[in-house]
Amino acid sequence: MTNANKQRSWLRPLLAGLVGLVVLLIALVAWLNVRGEAPVEPGPANVQASASVIERGAYLARVGNCIGCHTTTGGAAFAGGRGVDTPFGVVVAPNITSDVKTGIGSWSAGEFWRAMHHGRSKDGRLLYPAFPYPSFTYVTREDSDALYAFLKSTPAVERPNQSHRLGFPYNTQAALAVWRALYFRAGEFEPQAEQPAEWNRGKYLVQGLGHCAACHSGRNFLGGTSLNAEFAGGLMPDATWYAPSLASPGEAGVQKWKRDEVVKLLKDGVVSHASVSGPMAEVVFSSTQYLSGADLDAMARYLAAIPQRDNEPREVKRADGDVFARGGKLYDQHCASCHGNKGQGVAGIYPALAGNRAVTLASHNNLVQVIRQGGFMPTTAGNPQPFGMPPFGQVLNNDEIAAVSSFIRQSWGNSAAPVSSLDVLHVK
Amino acid sequence: MNVSRTLIAATLGLVAIGAYAQTATPPAGASSPAPVQNSMAQRMQACVMCHGKEGRATNAGYFPRIAGKPQGYLFNQLKNFREGRRHNQAMNHLMQHMSDDYLQDIAKYFAELDLPYPAAQAHGLTAQQVQLAEQLVFKGAPERNVPACVSCHGSSMAGQQPAMPGLLTLPADYLIGQLGAWRTGSRNANAPDCMAEVAKRLTPEEVGAVSRWLSAQTLPTGTKPQAGSTEPLPIRCGSGE
Repeated sequence: MTNANKQRSWLRPLLAGLVGLVVLLIALVAWLNVRGEAPVEPGPANVQASASVIERGAYLARVGNCIGCHTTTGGAAFAGGRGVDTPFGVVVAPNITSDVKTGIGSWSAGEFWRAMHHGRSKDGRLLYPAFPYPSFTYVTREDSDALYAFLKSTPAVERPNQSHRLGFPYNTQAALAVWRALYFRAGEFEPQAEQPAEWNRGKYLVQGLGHCAACHSGRNFLGGTSLNAEFAGGLMPDATWYAPSLASPGEAGVQKWKRDEVVKLLKDGVVSHASVSGPMAEVVFSSTQYLSGADLDAMARYLAAIPQRDNEPREVKRADGDVFARGGKLYDQHCASCHGNKGQGVAGIYPALAGNRAVTLASHNNLVQVIRQGGFMPTTAGNPQPFGMPPFGQVLNNDEIAAVSSFIRQSWGNSAAPVSSLDVLHVK
Repeated sequence: MNVSRTLIAATLGLVAIGAYAQTATPPAGASSPAPVQNSMAQRMQACVMCHGKEGRATNAGYFPRIAGKPQGYLFNQLKNFREGRRHNQAMNHLMQHMSDDYLQDIAKYFAELDLPYPAAQAHGLTAQQVQLAEQLVFKGAPERNVPACVSCHGSSMAGQQPAMPGLLTLPADYLIGQLGAWRTGSRNANAPDCMAEVAKRLTPEEVGAVSRWLSAQTLPTGTKPQAGSTEPLPIRCGSGE
């Protein structure tokens, strides 16, 4: 036997083995993608839903803030078109109005439920998890049907869907299948018998339609979440803001709050010692302010019961003396007239910065965003004329924003890492 | 009896409002340079950094004066920013989570401010450019379907109720920017978008001359937008009707 023949003799079974392994892996991924899926049952497609079901569906659409992604700025409600910026590209939310051609007018309730529960479209294609079906999978069939009935009652808006703008390989169904095999499993909401009904209702809303975990959980480099990162906080998919941890009282955890304060924050957008800003302002503005007191109370119960996981205490480097002094000067000039010369704020009007956990997060993103863009708290029934802050990005450069941020993070008992100009530059 | 009861109720009401509007007391060792009031003026401090104290920007720089413009105009613009028909990153961000009611409150607050206009300034235009500008301002260019500025914006160009803005003392760069944005379609108003049509009929030279001329004029203190007219506008305007 020649050497070449010898080589071929062991190469062939190895190749066959490899091919077999790949086939098995593909089969496994494919199976993981459809496990537990029953054939689509049409459901009450042609049954005229009652007004009360449609009304409940409208309420559930508020809970899920469907309008938030499925509507462009100033565009027709639910007609889609808003891009969700992710590390893998832009996922464009589709039209979910009752339009037959471009919306979900031709979908059955069963197909809608499969999208919510299994993350697959009418034609069976796998959906991107920017549509938070890893959360929506916990929504009951009954609620899914009510949502469906409501969306079918919306005015039909003909607006063709745009394709996502994703790079290879993220634009392939195969990549999505692998992602789903790793990180997604369709599930049912399981109430915990030892907990009161309100707590279970809260968990159902927070984990399901409310999809709080979509932003407030840590994600790995593949955009996957794991159970121990649930509610652990993380940068938003577009890397602009940091969604603080709901498990840590030092971030956005409410384990130590009174329940009515949590309800008030979600209802009004502001309480005496905290207010919402950035993406959470949007959530309050278009979703939680419309929720019933009972549902908000239930959510508050569950949020307060999220197991506490404090972040490791960090060794904080002191800001450079000159930078700190410069930041102090800028603070006196631009910030003190509202936030007070000791960061004490004005109760109910301007938040105190001393002891404010929003400014001492490990991530400096939110502080930089607020300084740069300013903003008003969302208008709500309880806060119809909110106070606002000017967009200081108009007058302060990156060095100055870094200096004043460092000053705020290290004054009046606050202790968080200083912020450099480069850090500011990197905040999108 | 009823009168005195009403008076007592009114007095109590005023006391309550007074208490509500009272300055919050800062903790010991802390002081605030200016007392913070629970007022609309305090709320609008977020606007002052760019639009000038009390909404009165000067004709230098870029930011437009908003004080004294008709409430309808200001409301439309706030809404246009909120809904993406006008583009300015700062304004788009600030407006995004506001109800129509609050936008009306804001528009009303700035519309009611009665502040002096900045003094006239040199426009630096040639005699020929001045002639071009004044022709457009007072007579328009009927052959190109360009109405005179004064025919919609008021004879003194201080605006017209309910929603036509005043044009004088705005920064030239701002005016050039707006006319340019209309020409390219990045500024929009409710259809029919009359200013978009007018701006597209102007030449770049005309845009420059008219903007500089308008920016250099002033108005007597106390000038208000003129009352709404029953006469139809020379061109149909979705936001001015």
